[in-house]
Amino acid sequence: MTPVIHTSGLARTFHTKRGTVEAVRGIDLTVPAGEILGFLGPNGAGKTTTLRMLTTLLAPTGGSAAVAGHDLLRDPAGVRRRIGYVAQSGGVDPGVSVREELTTQARLYRLDRAAARARTAELAAELDLADLLDRPCAALSGGQRRRLDIAMGLLHRPEVLFLDEPTTGLDPGSRVDLWALVRRIRDDWGTTVFLTTHYLDEADALADRLVVVDHGRVVAEGTAHALKTEYAGSPDASLQDAFIAITGRRVPAPAETPIAV
Amino acid sequence: MSTPSAPSTASAPAAPATPGPNTPSASAALLADTLLIFGRYLRQTLAARVGLVFGLLQPLLFLVLFGPLLREVPLGGKGDSWQTLVPGLLVQLGLFSAAFAGFGILIEKQQGILERMRVTPVSRVALLLGRVLKDIVQLLVQSLLLVLVGVAFGLRAPILGMLVGFGFVALMTASIASLSYALAMRVDSPQEFAPVVNSVNLPLMLLSGILLPMSLAPDWLDGLSRANPLRYVVLAVRSAFVGDYGGTVGTGALAALGLTAVSVPAAVRLFRRAGA
Ligand SMILES: Nc1ncnc2c1ncn2[C@@H]1O[C@H](COP(=O)(O)OP(=O)(O)O)[C@@H](O)[C@H]1O
Ligand SMILES: [Mg+2]
Repeated sequence: MTPVIHTSGLARTFHTKRGTVEAVRGIDLTVPAGEILGFLGPNGAGKTTTLRMLTTLLAPTGGSAAVAGHDLLRDPAGVRRRIGYVAQSGGVDPGVSVREELTTQARLYRLDRAAARARTAELAAELDLADLLDRPCAALSGGQRRRLDIAMGLLHRPEVLFLDEPTTGLDPGSRVDLWALVRRIRDDWGTTVFLTTHYLDEADALADRLVVVDHGRVVAEGTAHALKTEYAGSPDASLQDAFIAITGRRVPAPAETPIAV
Repeated sequence: MSTPSAPSTASAPAAPATPGPNTPSASAALLADTLLIFGRYLRQTLAARVGLVFGLLQPLLFLVLFGPLLREVPLGGKGDSWQTLVPGLLVQLGLFSAAFAGFGILIEKQQGILERMRVTPVSRVALLLGRVLKDIVQLLVQSLLLVLVGVAFGLRAPILGMLVGFGFVALMTASIASLSYALAMRVDSPQEFAPVVNSVNLPLMLLSGILLPMSLAPDWLDGLSRANPLRYVVLAVRSAFVGDYGGTVGTGALAALGLTAVSVPAAVRLFRRAGA
């Protein structure tokens, strides 16, 4: 079966005033349909940069990729129609109502007016936002805001949903709820989910398979079980131990990380 | 989550190929997207009515607190002092509001709103044109209000002349707002944006004869102002306000159209390219 995401040598270099940054140094990836892939790595590993390339927002400086059956470089519009993307900071206007943001986004995805309204109501019901539709986005709690951000990426029923650090900054209860939601999106709709995280517990609990990145390169991949066995010597070891063996350093536990900006 | 309708896997039927840039469906999509973006920002502007008045505050203050001083001053032009001042204030309003239009997109860029729109199939050009269209409508409404207050203070000018003036405001807004959006796409923060806009705006304003006609200027200053396209726009609107639609209006139209023909395509190219 054709993979939903396939990249070869995908790379991005930034030229800044302070010099050249090789954010992503040639990534080869294959993601089968219906998988929840955890793209795991410490801060600065190149996760967001990879995601922004795969979602057509950033032009690669090297390599190629096909997403949802369309070539990233030759047919970005074809890719856009079939993917959803939720940035780490979301992307709703605090002063605009939840309903307006959802229907506008649906219209940007080329749903007609009636379909946009219907889809807004449907997703609001599914993601427990129905009572919040007429509030300004600024009035939402952290967990509600995240559900809205995700709803914004699902309006057009994408084949692939990209989530950048979806639980960073959430309280523990909301994090667990969000994991359940992501699983539900995959289980009920068959959506392939590509999520980045620097939380080991999240990677362990949510992802079918992990791709570990560091310094812009893939340094390990496999199921959490396989990574623990291979790098920490036992399937019962912690993913933390495997991660230290792979990258030579710890990543902070959720509680140690300050609220994300 | 019981919706059965979700197409999901890679085996979903392929959608029709992307229309080329010149097919009718591409231009229909551009138009639809532009109107969609226009509607979004128009609703936001209407919701925050203070914004409409706020932009008008400065020219209204000039009209009310400065205009009466000019009643008996010989300004060297045709018509009375209101027919000289109000056209200048219209251009000033257009210049300042349009020049800061990019501020909005800069904030939206920081909030991730621009990226969330750019990840959809929406036409990149519509993201620019929809905003510019809204700026034009907003400035036309503000111009009308300004002229009405002017009439209340004693401005008398032919309706056609006023309409010509509004036409100039629209062209100016299109070109200057486009440049402002282009600048906003290139910088990362309001701290970088505002100084650039201010350092362009003030000389442009002073060298255009907005407040007092350049005919009062010494030769060197008059000469300098001839390099400023806004000078010709101000002269054209003044001419239209005294009912003279001849060469001066023509020169102003050439200057305004020239400015638009350069700046709008430049901004369009930047929006097309930005990112990917
Ligand atoms: N627009 C940019 N310009 C310059 N450097 C960037 C830019 N975006 C990311 N980087 C750099 O690329 C590297 C990877 O960043 P990023 O992809 O955001 O990492 P992660 O999401 O894994 O934390 C970092 O060193 C970051 O500073
Ligand atoms: Mg990141």
